[in-house]
Amino acid sequence: MHDLIALTPLGAHKPRSDHHGGVSLIEITDVALASVAARLGREADAAALVAKITGIEAPAAARASDCAFWMGPDQWMIEASFETQEDLAQQLAAQVNGAASVTEQTDAWCRFDLKGDRLADVFERLCNADLKRFTGGEAVRTAIEHLGCFLICRSPGHVSVIGPRSSAGSLHHALLTAMKSAL
Amino acid sequence: MTQKNRLQGGLIDRGQSYTFRFDGKKMTGHAGDTLASALLANGVRLMGRSFKYHRPRGPLTAGSEEPNAIVELREGARQEPNTRATTAELFDGLVAKSQNRWPSLAFDALSVNDRLSSFFAAGFYYKTFMWPAAFWEKLYEPMIRRAAGLGSLSLQNDPDSYDKGFLHCDLLITGAGPSGLAAALTAGESGLQVILADEDFVIGGRLNAETFSLGDSLGSDWAAQTVARLRSMPNVRVMPRTTVLGAFDHGIYGAVERVSDHLAVPEADKPRQILWRIYSKRSLLTAGALERPIAFENNDRPGIMLASAMRAYANRWAATPAQRVAIFTNNDDGHRTAADLHAKGVKIAAVIDTRPGQPISIDYEILHGEIIDTAGRLGLRRITVRLASGETREIECGALGVSGGWNPNVSLTCHQRSRPAWDENIAAFIPGGDLPSGMTVAGAARGVFSTHGALTDGAEAAARIAADLGQTATKPELPKAEDAPIQITPFWHVKDAKRAWVDQQNDVTAKDVKLAHQENFVSVEHLKRYTTLGMATDQGKTSNMAGLAIMAEIAGKSIPEVGTTMYRPPYTPAAMGVLAGRSRGKDFRPVRKTPSHVWAEEQGAVFVEVGNWLRAQWFPRKGETTWRESVDREVLQTRKSVGICDVTTLGKIDVQGTDAAAFLNRIYCNGFAKLAVGRTRYGLMLREDGIAMDDGTAARLADDHFVVTTTTANAVSVYRHMEFVRQCLFPDMDVQLISTTEAWAQFSVAGPNARKLLQKVVDAEFDISNEGFPFMACGEITVCGGLRARLFRISFSGELAYEIAVPTRYGDALIRRLMREGQEFDVVAYGTEALGVMRIEKGHAAGNELNGTTTALNLGMGRMVSQAKDSIGTVLSRREGLNDADALKLVGFKPVDPSKKVPAGAHLMTIGDPVNAAHDQGYVTSACYSPNLGHHIAIGYLKSGDQRLGEVVRLISPLTGFDHEVEVVSAHFVDPEGERLRA
Repeated sequence: MHDLIALTPLGAHKPRSDHHGGVSLIEITDVALASVAARLGREADAAALVAKITGIEAPAAARASDCAFWMGPDQWMIEASFETQEDLAQQLAAQVNGAASVTEQTDAWCRFDLKGDRLADVFERLCNADLKRFTGGEAVRTAIEHLGCFLICRSPGHVSVIGPRSSAGSLHHALLTAMKSAL
Repeated sequence: MTQKNRLQGGLIDRGQSYTFRFDGKKMTGHAGDTLASALLANGVRLMGRSFKYHRPRGPLTAGSEEPNAIVELREGARQEPNTRATTAELFDGLVAKSQNRWPSLAFDALSVNDRLSSFFAAGFYYKTFMWPAAFWEKLYEPMIRRAAGLGSLSLQNDPDSYDKGFLHCDLLITGAGPSGLAAALTAGESGLQVILADEDFVIGGRLNAETFSLGDSLGSDWAAQTVARLRSMPNVRVMPRTTVLGAFDHGIYGAVERVSDHLAVPEADKPRQILWRIYSKRSLLTAGALERPIAFENNDRPGIMLASAMRAYANRWAATPAQRVAIFTNNDDGHRTAADLHAKGVKIAAVIDTRPGQPISIDYEILHGEIIDTAGRLGLRRITVRLASGETREIECGALGVSGGWNPNVSLTCHQRSRPAWDENIAAFIPGGDLPSGMTVAGAARGVFSTHGALTDGAEAAARIAADLGQTATKPELPKAEDAPIQITPFWHVKDAKRAWVDQQNDVTAKDVKLAHQENFVSVEHLKRYTTLGMATDQGKTSNMAGLAIMAEIAGKSIPEVGTTMYRPPYTPAAMGVLAGRSRGKDFRPVRKTPSHVWAEEQGAVFVEVGNWLRAQWFPRKGETTWRESVDREVLQTRKSVGICDVTTLGKIDVQGTDAAAFLNRIYCNGFAKLAVGRTRYGLMLREDGIAMDDGTAARLADDHFVVTTTTANAVSVYRHMEFVRQCLFPDMDVQLISTTEAWAQFSVAGPNARKLLQKVVDAEFDISNEGFPFMACGEITVCGGLRARLFRISFSGELAYEIAVPTRYGDALIRRLMREGQEFDVVAYGTEALGVMRIEKGHAAGNELNGTTTALNLGMGRMVSQAKDSIGTVLSRREGLNDADALKLVGFKPVDPSKKVPAGAHLMTIGDPVNAAHDQGYVTSACYSPNLGHHIAIGYLKSGDQRLGEVVRLISPLTGFDHEVEVVSAHFVDPEGERLRA
């Protein structure tokens, strides 16, 4: 077991949380991510693999399940507990049997979860995703303050923003500014 | 000052009084007032000076089309020039100043321009200030700019913030007058997602400015009740203070919401304004109509305004510009103003109608005639009327309401290049056929002027839209309203006037229009530019029509034959701040931080922006007084022992698939198909046109798995290029790409002790000896007791070097560990400056050399372009012009006089040749001081450079006066044989 101490994307030892106007903004660092992209001609096998891993059908375009979301044609991101599956990519790679390419993505991203009742009011100041129509299970790629982000609607009162890790500070600033502006 | 011209009634809140100052004078108004209505109530008609002639002016309108009553609003950093007093909401403590006058509004020194008007006719500056030519820039232009002008900028940073936002709806309704409200009710009840936007702060449009009733209620009451009803519908968003500025592609509209402009200071953390991008499935334009004036002699005196504005001031704001007013009209609507003001107790001096046979009033005189002059230096005192009988009469009055008919507000219909169509019945342009996609127009905006017509038209249009979108709509219960027919006889200007103002904001007269015609600026677009008609901040909303009508008359054409100029967004002026949104100052673009950023900050690193990245440029130590001292130390210590640099910023692209090797063979100009697993290779990518695009390495981790690195600057563009190639050029290849730039923290560990240092952190089971892990090896390893990592034996510095990568979250811990374990080797951290020095010493190309104009041949890598396979750029790299015998070649330079610098960007000339572009021999791309060699060095491109080693050439920078001799040498200053990196 190695003894290197991890830093959060915001550069601290503990994830940050902020609260404003009934909405919580919480930095999430305990999720491992791995992308699964189908090999040419093995699209069905790759989808089946995602279904097998996650225990639920591979998400359709612009959709998310409990532990996977759609990233592009025949491409998904798998989410798992970092604590128990830090080596998620290796685990998946061992199961793909040539049906997909797996890439570790855990630390490519930072993630901020927003929880509260008026999330649509916040996100309309941030991106062109129409959150008012979201009921849960949506996954869209959108730009927030010039940053390409995934927006995963877990439920109408819970949205994850997954953005580029190196810009975590700027993304967090944008989210908190929008919360204070809109709420 | 008392509110001597305040009337009874109105929609203002008399319970709430506000104090405000105009040009230093303290006055009071009420909640619900605009600055203009409050000033009028206080007896102030003079609110500004005109642009060119400094003529005294008062408000012409009561809305956003205002050309005259333009002020500097607020003070200090919040001072905003060119604000329309007619739309500025009054708040307690408001401060406003008139513009374009000195020393005061009442006495303006530059009003002398008015006396010299014959020199300032249209196009005067094309003719008057031509000689001597040198005077234009130094004297004439500054003078004109000073004299002609709008408000002044505070020259301070805007203290407010602005948001940008995105809205989605089934139906966007622009304008909330009777037709907009009826439409919103219909659409809202049908279940559509509706946005109702209106620029005013009170919803209702003209309903708030008129006295007639809707059913049993006042128009304004019906509007208020309807808004309350709409606000109770969850699917309707009512947006007052929101101006739809432009109609863009695919049903997208831009709108500015003035969130805090009615407050002295925005609430904490709240924006002043929001720029909304509205995505609509359909849109309905119910923007109403704008009244147009009539041009006559001296028609611009303060107190002369549109009759509809006079009525709005009286009915909505309970203010009148004077206690004795006259009306000049060519249509029935002007008579409404007379009736309404009379009912409010204002004395009507006369109604002058250009049409014969108007019914007689028992309350005031109605004359058939036209106004031929006015008097009153700072405000109207008297009008001169020429009656149809030929007799002239002078009538005393302090204000004059003018009505020349109404123009449907077609601006937004034309933003996609549609041209409006002429409607003879109302003598006005109505929306043309080719509207922006998804747009419908209803009510007065399409010439349906009566209130009944507007209500019905709006409701019916909304019902059609709802049906079109699959919803059933029932027409709501609409109140009974006036349905007067339109009675108008076109009348644009009183003939033979010397100075009849057409465009009051840009001081264009009817005579200027004639002059334009006389000088052959006949096309409406030329007319506009020659006279500046319609080019002011009001975009000619009250003037364009009269201008082209006069042009039509002179040219003997019909008005539709003359046509209109192009309408463009924004509909009304927008603050620059709202266009920038949050992207300003330090938040202009997001910042990217490296995994070692926190640690580097602790070390006192000096950072440099590389794209959005912040990279450590050097790490100053105590006692070092210049950056060179730090950089020299970092370079020398790295070459002597070991140095560490965060190289995470280099792009990393994960390439997988059974065709991964074949794919890279297409991407890179050199061969990759046969690269062994566990090995890394330097690769050069060409653009399709044969020019070098980017370089880097590709490491083969498995048969079907590569990691490609790119330069920091090109990380995104190379990834985009590779995706294009994958998806569009070779869709049949089995290859998958994903960026992993941010997933791994990567450090270069370079120097003779690099291996020894790494052996202290790499887990023992991995052999990284020279034999077990030779130059250009790569592999997946573990460090520090089991953490997954990647190791690449590659060298940018020319030293024995590795790049080690761990998951990003552990990057901070790894550099701390390496620095700690490296203490016995006196390890240094080095920044981008030292990195640059070492790569120049080694002769490695970087962004300066891969500058978008250079080829593999120029880089000295011509033979790398494999002719045994096809790859992107190979064919076009063979072009004759790219393979000249004397092509530029990358070589090194050292100064003949070792004390001299060798500046990058300077050009190379052969000694004895003239110094000019024709004799240019090349240029220096990268230069630095080499602490290892003890003098400056450089690399750059020289014609046939590879054959000119040893030659002395001139290095010249005419810009900086640099002219010294340099010797052409090999670009590899340090370890040309490459022994160190293989050690």
